[in-house]
Amino acid sequence: MDKVIGILNGMEFTIGDSLLELSYLIAALLFVYGLKLLSHPATARTGNLWAAGGMGLAMVTTLLLHKDAGGNGIPLTNVWIILAAIGVGSAIGWMIARKIKMTAMPQLVSIYNATGGAASMLVALLEYPNAIAGDVGSIIVTILGLIIGAIAFSGSMIAFAKLDGRVGDIMKPFMTYINLVLLVVTLGLGVYITISPNPPAEMSMALYALLAISLVYGVMFVMPIGGADMPVVISLLNSLTGIAAAMAGFIYSNQAMILGGILVGAAGMILTMLMCKAMNRSLINVIVGAFGGGGAAAEGGDQGTIKEIQLSDAAVLLSYSQKIVIIPGYGLAVAQAQHIAHELDTLLEGKGVEVKYAIHPVAGRMPGHMNVLLAEADVPYENLVEMDDINPDMPNVDVAIVIGANDVVNPAAYDDPSSPIYGMPIIDAHLAKNIIIMKRGMGKGYAGIENFLFFNDKTRMLFGDAKASISKLVTEIKSM
Amino acid sequence: MEQVLTFFFEYKEAIFIIALSIFVGIEVISNVPAVLHTPLMSGANAISGVIIIGGIILVGHADLTTFSLSLILGILALIFGTLNVVGGFAVTDRMLEMFKKKKK
Repeated sequence: MDKVIGILNGMEFTIGDSLLELSYLIAALLFVYGLKLLSHPATARTGNLWAAGGMGLAMVTTLLLHKDAGGNGIPLTNVWIILAAIGVGSAIGWMIARKIKMTAMPQLVSIYNATGGAASMLVALLEYPNAIAGDVGSIIVTILGLIIGAIAFSGSMIAFAKLDGRVGDIMKPFMTYINLVLLVVTLGLGVYITISPNPPAEMSMALYALLAISLVYGVMFVMPIGGADMPVVISLLNSLTGIAAAMAGFIYSNQAMILGGILVGAAGMILTMLMCKAMNRSLINVIVGAFGGGGAAAEGGDQGTIKEIQLSDAAVLLSYSQKIVIIPGYGLAVAQAQHIAHELDTLLEGKGVEVKYAIHPVAGRMPGHMNVLLAEADVPYENLVEMDDINPDMPNVDVAIVIGANDVVNPAAYDDPSSPIYGMPIIDAHLAKNIIIMKRGMGKGYAGIENFLFFNDKTRMLFGDAKASISKLVTEIKSM
Repeated sequence: MEQVLTFFFEYKEAIFIIALSIFVGIEVISNVPAVLHTPLMSGANAISGVIIIGGIILVGHADLTTFSLSLILGILALIFGTLNVVGGFAVTDRMLEMFKKKKK
């Protein structure tokens, strides 16, 4: 392993050095291949394992073959410390991954975003003193790794707290300006540190200040973002963690880290854009402010009347339908009603009714969250239909059941140019022959917009907790 | 302009890698069905735990003869990174298992 096999740029290199780089190449390729497989339902699980294998490989070879600038390998004592740390991290990570409830997935991903960001932040912080004054490239990546890692860390912690209901949305108009100032100060300080001629060791105060401001910015940046925008925020933070890891990769000129990080960064960016598109909003709009006050409040004209439906009538209507579409929103998950919903659809299918679930891209609290929740409740994968596939079929649907969803079925997206959600793609529940809306009360959706679907002639409301309502419905249908 | 060109030439390899990785990332991810968004995200999340390599290098060459805050922070980075990697891959596997079970 230590046999010198050549000289590159005046440095001797050994068999081990070459093998290490080769293993990074293989790891990087496995990341790409794994992600590729992860994007197809049939191969997703294998893809995840390939990516994990790539990570394991890179970890082992680094531990065995990495050498510092002086050509020394990792001493045995350090190896033991590393193994102990990895053991602790693995045990905790594994335990959480096994126990976590699927409804809490967004919280978990936020926590992982936070730990990933924190790790990048710490690595950048600790490597900064080793940077060489004047080597602009390596200082830039260290500073960027620190800033992005810190924002991803504190931002994800706030996202976690919000998702877990520990912190509410705090949105004051002046916060936009504070955030802008914070961002400018962060970047300015970053530039100052980068171009300063002083050796890095003398810049530690500025570096700590930069760390502190970046952390504060992370908090302030996520704080005002409202619940319905969470899918966007989580994807964005995920993307940032990847970019931070890539920056750290540059510090070590480690191609596996760079490629893995950028890959995740790009993937996260795409998901972020998809989520924004599903809400017809720009990323800037999500970050800078929640739904504006204009237009929304001015409505309130002729609303029509709300009609309720009795459980027994609903049971009859559903039993004699041919085609039913259930449109779930986050309210369904909050009420923990996904299992009972599946009981309802099995019961109806037993009576020869075709039941499908129509999933809006932003249903739930993170991209694809609703699919996972329904899959956990044993709803067959083929019964989950994406918005674009179900909409052309909506006029043939006998009953559309809306459970805990609101804005994603609001026809104002088509009809009302003054509405904040005008132009947002929605599930065309209003085209169904009958509409049943399960709702706790007459509250408005997250966006605070009146939903004209409720006043539609074909709509009947079924008030009450979603779980309780559905189980009563199930009992009613069974007794028929 | 000259400075920009100098910068580009000095770091051309890094810039090539960034540009190509972004392209690969976009290509690989586009057209993912919505069903897989959550697993994809947690899987990608686990890959971003690749920062753990940095943690290994950091702690691996740390000086153990004197106690230092850096060592503690380095170990912390390592633990955080592993949590991200192991937890991320494990939970993704668990989710995908759920999907698979229903497929038959």
